[in-house]
Amino acid sequence: MGKFCNTERMEVHGADGLLGEVEEAEAALRSAAARDLSGEASFDAIIAADQKIEPRDVMPDAYRKGLIRQIAQHAHSEIIGMQPEGNWITRAPSLRRKAILLAKVQDEAGHGLYLYAAAETLGITREELTDALLSGRQKYSSIFNYPTLTWADMGAIGWLVDGAAIVNQVPLCRCSYGPYARAMIRVCKEESFHQRQGYQSLYVLAQGSEAQRAMAQDAVNRWWYPSLAMFGPPDAESTHSAQSMEWKIKRFTNDELRQRFVDMCVPQAEILGLTLPDPELRWNEERGHYDFTQPDFDELMRVVKGDGPCNRQRMTHRRRAHEEGAWVREAAQAYAKKVSVQ
Amino acid sequence: MTPLELADDALVAAQRLSEWVSRAPTLEEDVALANIALDQLGVARLYLQSLGDEDALAYGRSDAEFRNCQLVELPLGPSRGDLDFGWTIVWLLFLSAAQKIRYTQLAAAGDEIAAKAVKESSYHLDHALEWTVRLGDGTEESHLRAQAALDELWPYSHELTEGIREEWLSVVEPVLAKATLAVPSTTWAPSGGRNGQHTEHLSYLLAEMQSLHRAHPGVMW
Repeated sequence: MGKFCNTERMEVHGADGLLGEVEEAEAALRSAAARDLSGEASFDAIIAADQKIEPRDVMPDAYRKGLIRQIAQHAHSEIIGMQPEGNWITRAPSLRRKAILLAKVQDEAGHGLYLYAAAETLGITREELTDALLSGRQKYSSIFNYPTLTWADMGAIGWLVDGAAIVNQVPLCRCSYGPYARAMIRVCKEESFHQRQGYQSLYVLAQGSEAQRAMAQDAVNRWWYPSLAMFGPPDAESTHSAQSMEWKIKRFTNDELRQRFVDMCVPQAEILGLTLPDPELRWNEERGHYDFTQPDFDELMRVVKGDGPCNRQRMTHRRRAHEEGAWVREAAQAYAKKVSVQ
Repeated sequence: MTPLELADDALVAAQRLSEWVSRAPTLEEDVALANIALDQLGVARLYLQSLGDEDALAYGRSDAEFRNCQLVELPLGPSRGDLDFGWTIVWLLFLSAAQKIRYTQLAAAGDEIAAKAVKESSYHLDHALEWTVRLGDGTEESHLRAQAALDELWPYSHELTEGIREEWLSVVEPVLAKATLAVPSTTWAPSGGRNGQHTEHLSYLLAEMQSLHRAHPGVMW
């Protein structure tokens, strides 16, 4: 084996509780399925009883549309998210890291696949979803519009971006729409491996040479605030939050989740020996939480609207891959047709 | 073939295939190509580990010290930087058919790494041959593209299949016939990779692969 620190079994401090929540959500899902709420139950009754809405159930149009928007955005994020990390696969500095990164990016394609499948249960096709992404009608997470400039970004993304994604997504394992909740349980289990590998990779850099350490700190400096912005605008300005909470799609507000993430990261940063780039970061005894500087929400809005450092690059890449693959998809269809005729 | 030749074929193939990540014609194919890249990388690592420090061998050697055949180092399209799916499928058909034959022989002779790899190469071969037929017998455009790739890559198959040519042809020719593709008539058979004589393409591939590792000598990752 190559040279690397023995961090295989290193836990990401504070992340295990979250994985426990995934297990609990899975158990709750099974017991909800076992309880038979008569087929006549109304949408509101199912929501009130904390049971799952299934594709065949009657549901308000706004619930269906809101879910399609949210699941699609999540699926698109997995697909676009392959680019910033894919950027380093061919340059990974050890074969072991190359294998881990390749497997991780492959997982993201897999997550995209099962999230698209979950969205399809709501009566929309893959083609329509792809078209909505390529035409810019549907969005993906703004975090992927930032560049991956050094190898340490692979560690920082794993630790901070996947960490924020887990904090966001664990409550979705209990979301009221069955196919989405089930997809999220699967996604969260894999994401926790992603976060762990990122944290380990960053840990090795932080303990490494001066240049590696500087690389790690620089990556944390660049990814910290964009990661905080992943939780969305502050509650007062969030357009979809209230209704989503009522329908039990969302279980916590943006600000609650952001705080949870900060509280989790501070002790982890201490173990890494890296500094979070926030001079205001300190424990508030009264609140029982860390005080911290909010991310620049004006910047978030600029990136959402298309003017982040890599928006154009990411979309051009995606469109080009889609267009260049058109002849392959046509050939597969033509051949399938020939075979079915024979 | 020596373990180093087997390792270098698989390592360089993995490096080439990973260029496809996030660029495949469908999401399913993105998963499949990454999976094949991972399998190739896995086999390369096992053989390299059997020879010494895998990273020293992968990152410390220059192109003239690599022992892969020239086929695997070619760009996965007509020119450097190109990614052509038809080209990639024909390339994978050639490679996986040869690897399956060699791993099967080695496994029978007691090579444990090959015994593990043979199952994976069967899957790679199935994937490549299904796509070869779909492309060859799909649309006019896909047929032309697959035939063009076949014409360009065929000469490099000789070095790949040294010593197993007949058996390899018995796997590949029926697939090409089913795909309505014509076996090229050229007899040009470039070689030299096994002696460290490579095409212009390998040093670019290694420059990219080795740049970061070499910029920080002696550290852990």
